[in-house]
Amino acid sequence: MSRSTVGALALAALVLPLAAGCVSNDDTPSAAGTGAPGRLTVSSTADACAVSATTAPSGTLTFTVKNDGTDVTEFYLLAEDGLRVISEVENVGPGISRDLVVQARPGSYFTACKPGMVGDGIRAPFTVTDSGTEVGPTGDTAAQLKAAETQYVAYVKDQVGALIAGTKAFAEAYKAGDDDTARALYAPTRAHWERVEPVAESFGDLDPLTDAREADLEDGQAWSGWHYIEKDLWQPTAEANGGKEYTPLTDAQRVVAADDLVKYTQQLVDEVNKPGFTFEAFQIANGSKALLDEVANGKVTGEEEIWSHTDLWDFQANVDGARVAYDGLADVVEAADPELAAELESRFTEIDALLAEQGSIEKGFTFYDKLSQDQVKALATAVDALSEPLSRLTATVTGA
Amino acid sequence: MSAPTDPAHDLPDTPPDASPAPGGLSRRAVLGLGGGLAVVGAAVGLGVGRLTAPEPASTSSGTRTYPFTGAHQAGIATPAQDRLYLAAFDLTTSSRDEVVALLQRWTTIAARLTQGLSAGPYGPASGPYDAPPDDTGEAADLPPAGLTITFGFGRSMFVGSDGADRYGLASRLPGALVDLPHFPADNLDPARTGGDLVVQACADDPQIAVHAIRNLSRAAFGSATIRWTQLGYGRTSSTSTAQRTPRNLFGFKDGTANVKAEETSALDEHVWVPASAASADSTDSRWMTGGSYLVARRIRMRIEPWDRTSLREQENLVGRNKGEGAPLSGGTEFTEPDFTASGRGGQPLIATNAHVRLAHPDFNAGVRMLRRGYNFTDGNDSLGRLDAGLFFIAFVTDPRTHYIPMQNQLSKSDGLMEYLEHTGSGLFAVPPGIEDGHFVLGADGTPLTTRHSPFVGQDLFA
Repeated sequence: MSRSTVGALALAALVLPLAAGCVSNDDTPSAAGTGAPGRLTVSSTADACAVSATTAPSGTLTFTVKNDGTDVTEFYLLAEDGLRVISEVENVGPGISRDLVVQARPGSYFTACKPGMVGDGIRAPFTVTDSGTEVGPTGDTAAQLKAAETQYVAYVKDQVGALIAGTKAFAEAYKAGDDDTARALYAPTRAHWERVEPVAESFGDLDPLTDAREADLEDGQAWSGWHYIEKDLWQPTAEANGGKEYTPLTDAQRVVAADDLVKYTQQLVDEVNKPGFTFEAFQIANGSKALLDEVANGKVTGEEEIWSHTDLWDFQANVDGARVAYDGLADVVEAADPELAAELESRFTEIDALLAEQGSIEKGFTFYDKLSQDQVKALATAVDALSEPLSRLTATVTGA
Repeated sequence: MSAPTDPAHDLPDTPPDASPAPGGLSRRAVLGLGGGLAVVGAAVGLGVGRLTAPEPASTSSGTRTYPFTGAHQAGIATPAQDRLYLAAFDLTTSSRDEVVALLQRWTTIAARLTQGLSAGPYGPASGPYDAPPDDTGEAADLPPAGLTITFGFGRSMFVGSDGADRYGLASRLPGALVDLPHFPADNLDPARTGGDLVVQACADDPQIAVHAIRNLSRAAFGSATIRWTQLGYGRTSSTSTAQRTPRNLFGFKDGTANVKAEETSALDEHVWVPASAASADSTDSRWMTGGSYLVARRIRMRIEPWDRTSLREQENLVGRNKGEGAPLSGGTEFTEPDFTASGRGGQPLIATNAHVRLAHPDFNAGVRMLRRGYNFTDGNDSLGRLDAGLFFIAFVTDPRTHYIPMQNQLSKSDGLMEYLEHTGSGLFAVPPGIEDGHFVLGADGTPLTTRHSPFVGQDLFA
């Protein structure tokens, strides 16, 4: 599990210099430093929105927005119609500076500060002249992102549906004392959870209630969920249990544990099937990266499934989920940054090939404790190789 | 040319009235040791290592010394030096007298080293030709670099794991010297956790700090052995308002709201153990009055995933901006965070799971800590990832009120925890300092170890 919140819109601060390294010098964004054509400053106060210039050449523009007022402020770059938001920074506290980095095409725009976050803001016309630099995708990005969101929500509902069905079967077997069946169902059922875990994390306590590891608990805190039952199905020796003899759960405790797991999983099902449930493009992109962080922090070290050692099932499911999230956004990435798209494709392929050497979710994987150190290292290296370009996904998608 | 009598180890019976002889002590060394060492002379050839080395032309930070003596031990409210070498020891002796003798040796050596003297009276390049030098020598040509040495006692010195009263000290175990509970997501390595004794050596030069631990460890053979050590660099806290706030390995300023040496009433309230603490204990813990509790946590950072995290998420998890360290509610670094300020959609500008919120006194019953942490990098793990992070050190008046509740809250709810893993831990009772004027001095006027030498924690054994 993880505790990080899925952040909001991210900007292209990191990706731009890296991308610039891949193209000819002519296309390099303006060098840093005040006075450079692509670098602008904005001073936002209660009654003014002072932009250092009213024109800039097309390409990468960086507005360094300083809140010189006393209220929280926002800064917008609006389209010619004064309605459509090209890009924005919000929640800039008094005294704070924040950058807005945007790919701007030639045309007429408005800049706007919104001190106190109310009203239409303090606006001024802003012109982007043609520098000859190619900027951004030509397709209808907004429509592509919308389609990606719809697809992803459908995927989440499908996985969660399979999860609740599998969880019920698992719970029944466990309650009935059919431990062999329960053990066989454990990892393949959890795969549905692991594929969409960032969604579950967005619902507060559901993640810890369902997926907390024993080490995650506070002293004396009640434990529930998958790993609570995992430990009972793969009972540790006293040596592996901090020197304490493991006490198996009683039949009554088994019923509570199994019913709780089904109950919390059902809550997840209910949440994602609410009419208002949506997952926005930036959340999908962040979620894709978050899934790889999950692999890096828990699965590749064997800490997630310390009793069952079924970490590779979770690993594969996390990668599956990240891949689906990416695939939905691939068209947008392809248009905005084809080299990033190509790199992600090849990194996903590499990691899937490496996992395939150890099995599959359907046929079963090598248990984590049977992997050699070299195999673990190779998997970790592949995770890092994929995670690094994946960390640029959100900025690329939201900047497109 | 006068010579010192004998190496400290070999002189258990030197009388306490050993008279000072003219010595080659520099003015700073004399002042640093306090009234018991009012010796100014012009003799040469004392073999006191660094004192005979050429002085740097300027009064740079390297030549700085801090007094070893005082109401409190040095190395707590002392302005945080740049480097740390901390060592936890396990006692190997079963003799209470040997523990006392060890503490006497340690105290004497610490008093000497912190004033720029060699570990023993001969120094690294003098003394009997067929004996090993009484100082290991690697600090010989270096200035004292603001070295402080701070000693503390672990709970296991009072009660063994089997409950045994190892040295007849169980009746002196302070109530505050508890076993720290398991905090959520703890992944403690027993080889980096606990210990009967702790020695914190801080200096502006790592070689000075390592030299101190090395010589103290040497003086411990037969009585105690190193259990674990930690090297730290780039102090991550300011303990004086004169210091700039440093950055941790996440790249953020750390310890902005730390208790500072200048805040004497805050030190009394949050750092030093008051006399009233002993009255509240069922045991006799009066020996801790004026002391403090050292909490050490080796917090590994998941550096690689962190570096792939957007600036937005980084700032939201911390609750401050990265450039200046200002709270996201606005202002500059030292502006108090406004936890009620809200932004778009009524959401708080400082998120509910932000580190600065959950660690703030407002959300911790008003308690504060004196933090004295350091960055560490201990190579890499088998997966090629940096084994790096923050070696957290805090001094508090009582960990039951000033550390455990806050750490439980952080471990459970702090968004940063996804990028942190606690891998080592220790809690130590740090007794008060020793007063000026009690050292037993050798013929050269520098402290010697004898059966009558004062030592840190003396009241515990009284």
